[in-house]
Amino acid sequence: MSKSGQYLRKLQRDVCRDWQMYLFLLVPLAYIIVFAYVPMAGVQIAFKKYTARAGIWGSAWVGMKNFTKFFQSYQFERVLKNTLSLSVYSIVATFPLPIIFALMMNSINNERFKRISQTIVTMPHFISIVVLVGMMFQIFNARTGLYGSLVLQLTGTFPDDLFAKEESFQQFYVWSGAWQGFGWGAIVYIAALSSVSPSLHEAAQIDGASRFQRVLHIDLPSIIPTMTIMFILRMGSVMSIGFEKVYLMQNNLNLAVSEVISTYVYKVGFGAGGVTDFSYSTAIGLFNSLINMILIVSVNAIAGRVGETSLW
Amino acid sequence: MSTIQEKKADVKKKVQLSRSDKIYYAIVYALIIVLTLAVLYPLVYVVSASFSSGRAVSSGKVVLFPVEPSIYGYQRVLEYTSIWIGYRNTIFYTVVGTIINIVVTLMCAYALSRKGLRGRGFFTFMFTFTMIFSGGMIPSYILMRNLKILNTVWAMLLPGALSVYNMVVTRTFLQSNIPDDLLEAAKIDGCSDIQFFFKIVLPLSKAIIAVISLYYAVGHWNAYFNAFLYLNDKKLYPLQIFLRQVLVLGDVDTEMVDEEILLQMQNLRDVLKYAIIVVSTAPLMCAYPFVQKYFVKGVMIGSLKG
Repeated sequence: MSKSGQYLRKLQRDVCRDWQMYLFLLVPLAYIIVFAYVPMAGVQIAFKKYTARAGIWGSAWVGMKNFTKFFQSYQFERVLKNTLSLSVYSIVATFPLPIIFALMMNSINNERFKRISQTIVTMPHFISIVVLVGMMFQIFNARTGLYGSLVLQLTGTFPDDLFAKEESFQQFYVWSGAWQGFGWGAIVYIAALSSVSPSLHEAAQIDGASRFQRVLHIDLPSIIPTMTIMFILRMGSVMSIGFEKVYLMQNNLNLAVSEVISTYVYKVGFGAGGVTDFSYSTAIGLFNSLINMILIVSVNAIAGRVGETSLW
Repeated sequence: MSTIQEKKADVKKKVQLSRSDKIYYAIVYALIIVLTLAVLYPLVYVVSASFSSGRAVSSGKVVLFPVEPSIYGYQRVLEYTSIWIGYRNTIFYTVVGTIINIVVTLMCAYALSRKGLRGRGFFTFMFTFTMIFSGGMIPSYILMRNLKILNTVWAMLLPGALSVYNMVVTRTFLQSNIPDDLLEAAKIDGCSDIQFFFKIVLPLSKAIIAVISLYYAVGHWNAYFNAFLYLNDKKLYPLQIFLRQVLVLGDVDTEMVDEEILLQMQNLRDVLKYAIIVVSTAPLMCAYPFVQKYFVKGVMIGSLKG
């Protein structure tokens, strides 16, 4: 019997043996094909002039026209710059916070104190983005909010409206994210720290290392693999600054700094100005996804080479 | 166990805590307390403001505790029918959506956790690839339109039926908690794969089912993007869409208070908003401390490399 015949027979035997498992996979596969791969095939309208009547497959090809239109538009530089600066600032400001918090939590021994503190700091994770933005608007309102009335009491006049200032948009975006996320983000590091061998600490103590030295030289190095994984995941979202929060925080006064790629995709696609261009919008979105994919794959490759930690 | 050992070390240390260590502990405790209070304060403030009078809130008298206590805001929320429509819809989407999620996730994760399955690598790749690349907003919208589920409850339930991340977490759990020998032994006894799944795998997976149910449920409760994009029938709106209208866009529906009173009581709006924040967020916040350990467990399983 030939080798390929043997292989086929083996394959047939295995597939028959596991037919119930393939039955299990049927629904999830159907789901992922319909809701993830069909839209991926729909990405072709980025290279077409989409009309509802002709549909995705029937519309006429236009080549790279939509992309060149985007690269040449005045919005290109603006949304790209806003997206990058918002997410880089966000990473730089919020990435270290959970790590520092976890290191501090790990170094103290009062279990009760730790538990209460950890419960409190993880709570904001469960606040929806809509409510988070609503809370910011309420509390920092220059007239009726806590911020406005405190400044009034201190200086005698109402402060300027913070939400009308371009420069405060990024601060609000990033620091509200930090407030909401650092406690939750710390959990994974606290878990990683709990597996550090106590004998390392004992040995260091005998050698006269202070607690702070032990944090720097024992605890911190032990969570570097976790940090790397978290960093790769974070890099994967550099270009996909969430639509939801930015869109909720946008107003006409901060649009120059708050228009990011995802909000622009939405506006082009669903016509903020009454014009909708599905093809153009898809082209911008595709450009975004591609950069994203390149980023996550290359950061992963670099991490794998340098630190021997990677996602796959 | 490390804590017991650390405690022992601590007892030893207490005798000979060096000066630099004392300073270190003082700083660490102080920082943790400051951070915890910084997180807690806005939450307390929102609750206090919701129980105060409108005048006290907008004139800045409320700092920590309610001033001129009243439940006016909550009375108004009770009359606000849109919020309750949203509440009802959100509960429906959360319960039904989570059930769909669990069924799809478990089937997928279990099949992909089986070591000898032909094509397992390929299927796994098909799922994980969608985590790094997607068709995007418009192609998804066109799909929903072609499927004719725009503006139906299905638009809220189907697009997120499976989170690949949660599936991978579940698969990791199953791989390390269902021993291969168990399957072999069951097979020898004439157990089919489906029987094995229901009789052995499910009972052993209670912890992971609890974890991912909570993840999915919180996601459904807080989701607004799909509703924002795919729904325009007010009767189907989830809570978050109404919250956006009230909290972010600032249109307090006039159906609840008539125009005249609204003008007179401009500052009561704020109390209403605070009350709405509390009413919409309290269920998750109150439940959280009781199920905290499951969330923490989920993060820990998720951090294992799959």
